[in-house]
Amino acid sequence: MGVPDAGGRFGEFGGQYLPESLVPACQELEAAFTLAWADPVFLDEYRTILRDYAGRPTPVTECHNLSQRLGVRVLLKREDLTHTGSHKINNVIGQALLTRRMGKRLVVAETGAGQHGVATATACALFGLDCVVYMGEVDVERQALNVFRMKLLGAEVRPVASGSRTLKDAINEAMRHWVAAVETTHYCLGSVMGPHPYPWMVRELQRVVGDEARDQARSILAGGDPDYVVACVGGGSNAAGTFAGFVDTEARLVGVEPAGGAAISNGIPGVVHGSKSFLLQDEHGQVLEAHSISAGLDYPGVGPEHAHLASLGRARYVPAGDAEVLEALQLLSRTEGIIPALEPAHALAWIVRAAGTPELPEGSTVLMTLSGRGDKDAQQVMELLG
Amino acid sequence: MVPLEATLRQRRQAGRKLLVPYVTGGLGGDWLDVVRAYADAGADAVEIGLAFSDPVMDGPTIQAASQRALDQGATPAGVVAALGGADVDVPLVVMTYYNIVFRSGHRRFAAMLIDNGIGGAIVPDLPLEELDDWAGAAGASGVETVLLASPVTPDDRLARLVERSHGFVYGVGLMGVTGERDRVAESTAVLAKRLKAATDKPVIIGFGVSTPAHAAEVASEADGVIVASALMRKRLDGAGPTELAAVVAGLRAALDRV
Repeated sequence: MGVPDAGGRFGEFGGQYLPESLVPACQELEAAFTLAWADPVFLDEYRTILRDYAGRPTPVTECHNLSQRLGVRVLLKREDLTHTGSHKINNVIGQALLTRRMGKRLVVAETGAGQHGVATATACALFGLDCVVYMGEVDVERQALNVFRMKLLGAEVRPVASGSRTLKDAINEAMRHWVAAVETTHYCLGSVMGPHPYPWMVRELQRVVGDEARDQARSILAGGDPDYVVACVGGGSNAAGTFAGFVDTEARLVGVEPAGGAAISNGIPGVVHGSKSFLLQDEHGQVLEAHSISAGLDYPGVGPEHAHLASLGRARYVPAGDAEVLEALQLLSRTEGIIPALEPAHALAWIVRAAGTPELPEGSTVLMTLSGRGDKDAQQVMELLG
Repeated sequence: MVPLEATLRQRRQAGRKLLVPYVTGGLGGDWLDVVRAYADAGADAVEIGLAFSDPVMDGPTIQAASQRALDQGATPAGVVAALGGADVDVPLVVMTYYNIVFRSGHRRFAAMLIDNGIGGAIVPDLPLEELDDWAGAAGASGVETVLLASPVTPDDRLARLVERSHGFVYGVGLMGVTGERDRVAESTAVLAKRLKAATDKPVIIGFGVSTPAHAAEVASEADGVIVASALMRKRLDGAGPTELAAVVAGLRAALDRV
């Protein structure tokens, strides 16, 4: 998982399909990130904040009870233990530092489950930046707690009533906001999607997850690597960060998409939100609505580097359905005392389903990124379980 | 087919300011009559939107028009085929987002336009960096691809952009999405002057051109204007071809006084 080509492409995917008004800002961002990412002062500040404020490194937990039950050895990379409760903080700390470095004071972001919105609002509070977060009306309703958290942190949350009223439409509205304010405002995109340089930049800002996990797994596995590395994929940022640490190992990489928004499993190449990737769309090119229990994965596209990894065969992408996700969430809660968010419960659902089959043979070692904690979903899960 | 750039140059040469009104294709059963009414009321070209599910450069009015057209069953191929039978004597140019073109296939989309008498295409999310594949197919078929210039486009980029724009150069008059505004943005005249200094291709400005007075103000620097949201707001409120033609005639009269 190297640097994309000069056109911002991973193989045939990626690129910069942007209105002219946003092209200079993306070029400025690419230049700023390229310099910052090679600047020891920037890197030191980024890593110091991740350590002292966000709580890195996060541990890898071996799940003895679950492993015994499934017949495969399960290790969890615990992004749920970061400040704000998900991997999203890694990305926003980096982008907030960049915002300041570019001399901008305003930040706009989209959010699905609200985890990226909360993380962005948190970083903006820390750095004294003004923050506007767009969130689909459906998600505002099912993630009311995160809406309140964002407001507590000083962000303005704007509900989006257009289209499917979920993450896709929140991104549309954030882009429209950005076009009108681009000279003063940074768009803090929350996943490895959008126009170049975002897919590359966000993956680099998330690779700390995979880099830490590889070293931690080696100390648990006597120098070896896991046989399988698994993460959930909506846009795909926690998976990209995780895979970045293992792409050069022998580990098999598995991304788990929601069955109702499985862009790689069920989509075809298309262009939306600035890049070319797999996309759920109809015969005319209209983007279809995703349908998932998980607001964070409820998206009809996927990051372009995942499309590339799938095309190369380096990573495999599989769907998980809502019912098995709810089962997996309860299983981890009861066996290990860890309540996962609905998003990583997708990754776990695949492990539960595949364990002991040729897909994930008995005795295998599997590392899964637990991208976020389940507190935000407690209300929704309570209602779903009746 | 009526060629886009040649026609616009000819009309400009004759001392006329250029008027390009917009309609969302497939919005209402009589939308093709709207195209004809625009032409009869003094349009120099007509822009037809091929609705897309996720129009990120459009404000609330065009978003609503696009969604309603889609709800009414509009498809890119259906709208283009209908235009093939429009029988109007002004050039037609379609506006759509790149996924519609990409899904159709570059050569197939270009051929579909030409076969139906449409000589121009505007694809607002296809910047210079991504233009080559489509431009190759469009050029080979004879479709003129109109590029958009923005107030934040730097001078060196503007020079490359006007070079590769065909039909006319579309000046995005303000930083923001489509939609009506109370007054013409200050960035509009600045961009119009920069474009006029950079090219002899027709320079037509859109975004926020909402009234006859706006049109006249903008056309004092530019070769013409594109008006979309002001017309589509009325369309969404139920206006038919006659009422919309009256709006276009009002814009025409204001431009003729510039």
